[in-house]
Amino acid sequence: MIAEVGHYALVLALALALIQSVVPLIGARARDGTLMAVAEPAALAQFGFVALSFVMLVSCYVASDFSVRNVFENSHSAMPLIYKFTSTWGNHEGSMLLWVLILSLFGALVAAFANNIPRSLKATVLAVQAWIAATFDLFILVTSNPFLRFAPAPLEGRDLNPILQDLGLAIHPPLLYLGYVGFSISFSFAVAALIEGRIDAAWARWVRPWLLTAWMCLTVGIAMGSYWAYYELGWGGWWFWDPVENASLMPWLVGTALLHSAVVMEKREALKIWTILLSILTFSLSLIGTFLVRSGVLTSVHAFASDPLRGIFILAILVLFIGGGLTLFAWRAPLLRQGGLFAPVSREGALVLNNLLLTTACASVFVGTLYPLVLEAITGEKISVGAPFFNATFGPLFAALLVVVPFGPLLAWKRGDLLGVAQRLSGSFLVALIGLAAAFVLEGKPLLGPFGVGLALFVITGAITDICERIGLLRAPLATAMRRAAGLPRSAWGTAFAHLGLGITLLGIVGETQWGAERIVSVKPGDKVAIRNYDVTFDRTFNRTGPNYTELASAFTVRRHGEVIGTMEPSKRNFAARGTATSESALMARGVSQLYLSLGEINPDGSAVIRLYYKPLVLLIWLGGVVMFFGGGLSLSDRRLRVGVPRPARAKAAALAPAE
Amino acid sequence: MRNRIERARVVSSPPRALSNLPPQAAWCFVLVWLALMVVQSAVAVQPDEILKDPALESRARALSRELRCMVCQNQSIDDSDAPLARDLRLLVRERLTSGDSDSQVVDFLVARYGEFVLLKPRFAWHNAVLWFTPVVALVAGAVAMLVAIKRRRVASAGAAPLSPDEEQRLAEVIDQAP
Repeated sequence: MIAEVGHYALVLALALALIQSVVPLIGARARDGTLMAVAEPAALAQFGFVALSFVMLVSCYVASDFSVRNVFENSHSAMPLIYKFTSTWGNHEGSMLLWVLILSLFGALVAAFANNIPRSLKATVLAVQAWIAATFDLFILVTSNPFLRFAPAPLEGRDLNPILQDLGLAIHPPLLYLGYVGFSISFSFAVAALIEGRIDAAWARWVRPWLLTAWMCLTVGIAMGSYWAYYELGWGGWWFWDPVENASLMPWLVGTALLHSAVVMEKREALKIWTILLSILTFSLSLIGTFLVRSGVLTSVHAFASDPLRGIFILAILVLFIGGGLTLFAWRAPLLRQGGLFAPVSREGALVLNNLLLTTACASVFVGTLYPLVLEAITGEKISVGAPFFNATFGPLFAALLVVVPFGPLLAWKRGDLLGVAQRLSGSFLVALIGLAAAFVLEGKPLLGPFGVGLALFVITGAITDICERIGLLRAPLATAMRRAAGLPRSAWGTAFAHLGLGITLLGIVGETQWGAERIVSVKPGDKVAIRNYDVTFDRTFNRTGPNYTELASAFTVRRHGEVIGTMEPSKRNFAARGTATSESALMARGVSQLYLSLGEINPDGSAVIRLYYKPLVLLIWLGGVVMFFGGGLSLSDRRLRVGVPRPARAKAAALAPAE
Repeated sequence: MRNRIERARVVSSPPRALSNLPPQAAWCFVLVWLALMVVQSAVAVQPDEILKDPALESRARALSRELRCMVCQNQSIDDSDAPLARDLRLLVRERLTSGDSDSQVVDFLVARYGEFVLLKPRFAWHNAVLWFTPVVALVAGAVAMLVAIKRRRVASAGAAPLSPDEEQRLAEVIDQAP
């Protein structure tokens, strides 16, 4: 019964989405308030039904109802409750339902809280949002229905893939989807603006909160995924340039560009058409990202054909939304009026350069990810594009971008003074040079390391300089500076923190890739392995039983300069339900650096092969992501942006108060 | 005890091909190769493979990172635990010990396995689209950007700029707008 309720609720959601995608649009064209007013309740009810559907699926999972095929294939009665819960979206069908849930959530938030935008625009936005929702509801119902039952019901499920039985699955996919799907709002706003044929600076203001929310979630979602891979995979890598990772990086790159071009549009009315185009591209890349992963086309071009209906449906969705969006853009964009003027050297100019570098970096990731697929499909020739290619192309582009980052916020709008900005950044240059020299003296070659440290310090101190310049620290009395700091718009703090986070991440990347140490050895109980200032002693191997696995763990004592600082217990887990094993590595944080120990082959004589790493500064990689998230949050809380943001009581107050 | 250890080893032996993967394992982001890792134990390079000469070994490691394990998805032979990857690692080390240069080793492997083995495709005409897209995008974007800025400035050069007073008044009006 529960599964049937979920199934039916999804059908109702589809019906509502179809109504919502047509009626408000007619209302907006005909200036008919009654028809436009259909949009809000439809969006709210649609969210209600999708949420009901999702809750029903979750309860099937929690109750281990194996008569539902999807539950049978991905769950097991012995799994801890939390994993029963998360396995709801640990598979294709369930994850698509989560996707639609988040989509309808965003739609409902726009319906409920975006009260400051013109009625016809809001109605159109919600209609476009409903096109997406209807398509996806249909996709789930036709090709990927998680509610289908089968008889006879088996007694036991097939278990969730053990590698997914991790807290990472609870956090990473929902965050990533919040990011992907959040960009649908800026897509809908862009399409609505094209339909209305009118766009101004206020558009950027209305879109910005949604854009920021999506960007924040995607940023921290990617960081989380990277950390998950890092501790779960057992060889200490945190980014592999895998197509699946690239699929999430591409929307992030273009979304970041969009976030910056929207600033120019809001402040100076410039780059309007470009911002519209970026909005369409960002969501297009989110769709491509979702489907690159979902369609199986990545494993092989042929896997795509193994489920033709699903594959063709996916292609149709891509063509419909990306092709349709770009066609609409080509047709309507010339109607939009261009805005403010600026000199090449100006804040606008710097932001345009930012956009250029980010989109080019995205283009190199895009072509690297898809070229092998296209080449194989056309000529049958197989080539590989992996990390070395991306490091060689993406690396220099992003390094160039990082050099520009500290200049941007210090340049004046319209016409900037590059020399003056360089002077104000002289402190940053100095710190960067000292860092570079120190890194060279302490760690020496490879030269990439010291330069990386210099660049990271330049970005970090550049962000600090930005704030110091704005509040006149050292030039004005301290009390004045502090008062100014308190009065500084939150978005200025947000910019500084986001850029700071970028520098922190870079510092972590440089530390981990350039100065890490690695030992691969075979050890017997009692053996000692030294790495940097630490040594690790292999004590013993023992068995342990978890809720749904047994594991063979090895205990190691860690000493620093001979003093015991703790133990590490990597293990090999064996999941009986699927007959699969995972390797669980052990991590020990030392400040922001880590010791990383993973277990290889364990021989019958009690000896074990271990991989021991020292990873200097590694935690900064993800900490930087968290700082970027925090910066985004600060910017989101800026009163200027509260117009239309989901924050009912205070939003109204802010809208009435004059802006700064 | 021994029995358990034996079982763990058997279970964790890697698959021969991708087709062994359960289809629902292909989740998002990390998961395609996470799924691969399910069946692989953590250690790729084995202690017995490491060469005595550290200079040679570091060359071998650097080369290994550029070579693809052909039965894996997007893994270098340095990261992979598949038997084929081990064979290739040993082969690379064998060639290096017998005095081959890095490029000779790579040429040997390409001749044997095709370009598929390279994680960084060759810088050649048939890969022009791949290698030139970033460059072309950057240059074309930069030119388009400069032309657009210049053209619009020329087009509006006739209009007299606002005086500071006017700008201030304008700013006030804008700020007062809700």
